[in-house]
Amino acid sequence: MIPQLVFYVFATVLLVSATMVITARNPVHSVLFLILGFFNAAGLFLVAGAEFLAMLLVIVYVGAVAVLFLFVVMMLDIDFTQMREGFQRYAPIGACVGGILFVELIMALGNWKMAPDTGLAPLSGAPGLTNTAALGTLIYTHYVLLFQACGLVLLVAMIGAIVLTLRQTNTGRRQNISKQHARTREDTLELVDLPLGENVLGNGGFLRPHNSYYEIAVPGSYGSGGQTEADEREKGA
Amino acid sequence: MAQFFYHTLIGQIILMVLETLAVLVPLLIGVAYLTLMERKVMAAMQMRRGPNVNGLFGLLQAFADAIKMIFKETVIPSGANRALFLFAPFLTFSLAMLAWAVIPTGNGLAVANINVGILYLLAISSLGVYGMLIAGWASNSKYAFLGGLRSAAQMVSYEVSIGLVIVSVLLAVGSLNLNDIVLAQRHVWFCLPMFPMFIVFFISALAETNRAPFDLPEGESELVAGFFVEYSSLAFGLFFLGEYANMILMSAMVSILFLGGWLPPLGIAPFTWLPGPIWLIFKILFCLFVFIWVRATFPRYRYDQLMRLGWKVFLPFSLIWMIATAGFLMATGLLPQTGGIN
Repeated sequence: MIPQLVFYVFATVLLVSATMVITARNPVHSVLFLILGFFNAAGLFLVAGAEFLAMLLVIVYVGAVAVLFLFVVMMLDIDFTQMREGFQRYAPIGACVGGILFVELIMALGNWKMAPDTGLAPLSGAPGLTNTAALGTLIYTHYVLLFQACGLVLLVAMIGAIVLTLRQTNTGRRQNISKQHARTREDTLELVDLPLGENVLGNGGFLRPHNSYYEIAVPGSYGSGGQTEADEREKGA
Repeated sequence: MAQFFYHTLIGQIILMVLETLAVLVPLLIGVAYLTLMERKVMAAMQMRRGPNVNGLFGLLQAFADAIKMIFKETVIPSGANRALFLFAPFLTFSLAMLAWAVIPTGNGLAVANINVGILYLLAISSLGVYGMLIAGWASNSKYAFLGGLRSAAQMVSYEVSIGLVIVSVLLAVGSLNLNDIVLAQRHVWFCLPMFPMFIVFFISALAETNRAPFDLPEGESELVAGFFVEYSSLAFGLFFLGEYANMILMSAMVSILFLGGWLPPLGIAPFTWLPGPIWLIFKILFCLFVFIWVRATFPRYRYDQLMRLGWKVFLPFSLIWMIATAGFLMATGLLPQTGGIN
C-alpha cells in the first residue's frame, strides 16, 4: 500500500509543478518548479526500482542542466508589461498549435493498445544484477558504438556553442601562469623615494610595471601590447 | 522488544527516527565544536589565544554564538522575494543533513545502506548550489547576486573533476555501495595507490564547500560577504550550520573514498580495539584540520585562476588518470568482477 501512496504523492506533485512551470509569472519560479518536477520524476524512478536512473536524473538534470538554466534566467532582464503586450497578437497562433497538438495526442492515445501481458512481465530482465550493472552491460558492451555516436553528437554541439560565443577581445587580461609564477620581487616592485610635498604623478605615475607585466600577458589580451599602450590608457583614465 | 522494532509499522518508524537522531545529534554537536576548533586552530597558527572566556578553554563559545544568533532580529530586505529568501537557508541546511543518511559508520552501519550510495552523495552535494543561487537572487542585492553566480559556476566546474575522481575509485571497487568501497580498502587505503587523485579530490572538496582559498562566493574583500550579505539572525545561522555540516560531509567522503572509512590503519590487535565509528571520526577530524590549516595558510584565488585550475588542470588530469586506472586494472586482471550482485 505504501508504494502506491508514495507513487500518487510523487505523481501529483510532478503534475502540479509541471503545470506551474508554464503558468508561473516569474521565469525564475518557473525554473524552480521545473526542478521540483525533475525531483518528483526521480522519485517515480525510485518507486519503480530504477535507483540508478533516479540518481542520474538528479545529478545530470537538477545538478547541472537546471543550474545553468537558472543561471541564465536569473540574468535575464524581463519586462513583464512588454511580455503581455504581444499576447493578443500571438494568441490565435498559439491556440492553433496547441489545438493541433491536442488533437494529435487524442488520436495517438485513442489507438493505443497495451500488449496484453506487459502488466504481468517481470520488471528486472537480468536476475542477480543491480540495475546499475545491467545498464552498464547494455550501454558499454552491447551498444557501445551507439553510445560513442551520442557522445560525438554532444561534442559537436559543445564545439558549436564555443565557436558561437568565443570572441577575441583585448579588454580582458589573460596570464601565462608559468611566467607569472616565475616573476620575482625585483621584476615587479619598485621603491621610489619621493621628496616631501611632491606627487608621484610627477615622478612617472602610479602604474610603472617593469617589463614582466607585459611579458606575462597572453598575446592579444589586455596589457600585452607594451609600455606605450598602458601609458595611454592611464593618461586617458 | 526486537519483535516490536522490526516487525510492526510503528516500531519500524520509531526505529528509523532513533537512527536518524543518532546521526544528526552528534553531527550538530560536531558542527558546533567545529566552529570552535576552527577558531582555536587558526588562533594557534597565528599565535593568538582564540576564544577562552566562555567555559573551560572556551568550550561553551559555540553555544554563546548560537544564542546570540537566535535572539537577533530577522531582517528581510524590502525588495526581496520573501518566500525564496527564507527557503534558501532551509534548503542549504536540510541538504547538508540529508546526505548523512548513507554515510556508513561501521560495517553496514548506515541509516540507509543503499546500492547507489556514492551517486546519492554526488546528487545531494550537487544540489547545494541551489541554496546559494536562490539566496543570491532572492536578496535583490548586487553583491549577493554576484556571489550566487560565482558559487554556481564554481561548484558546477569542480563537480566535474569530483565525478571523474569518484569514477576512478569506483573502477577499483566495482560497486557504488559506500560500504563496499570501504571494504575494498581492507588491504591498502586508496590514498596510497591513487595519491594524485586523493589530492585532486581534496582540493575539489575545498572548492565544493566554498572554503578558503576558494571562498569567492563570499569574497569579503570584493563582495562584502557574498550570497548571504542580506541574511541575519537564524536564517544566517542556518547557512552557517549548513556550510560547516557540508565541510564535515566532504571530510567524511574523503575518509570513505581514500582513507579507508571506518577501517583501522592496520588490521592487527592494538588498532582493532577501537570501534569503527571512532576511526571514522579520527579521519574526519584529520581532514577538517587540513581544511582549517589550508584556510590559515593560503590567500584567496583569483576567479580566473580558479576556473583555470578546475577546467584546464584538474579535468584533463583526472580524465587521464581515470583512463590509466582502467587500463592498469584491465592489463593486470585486477578489475573487480564482483560488482552488481544484489
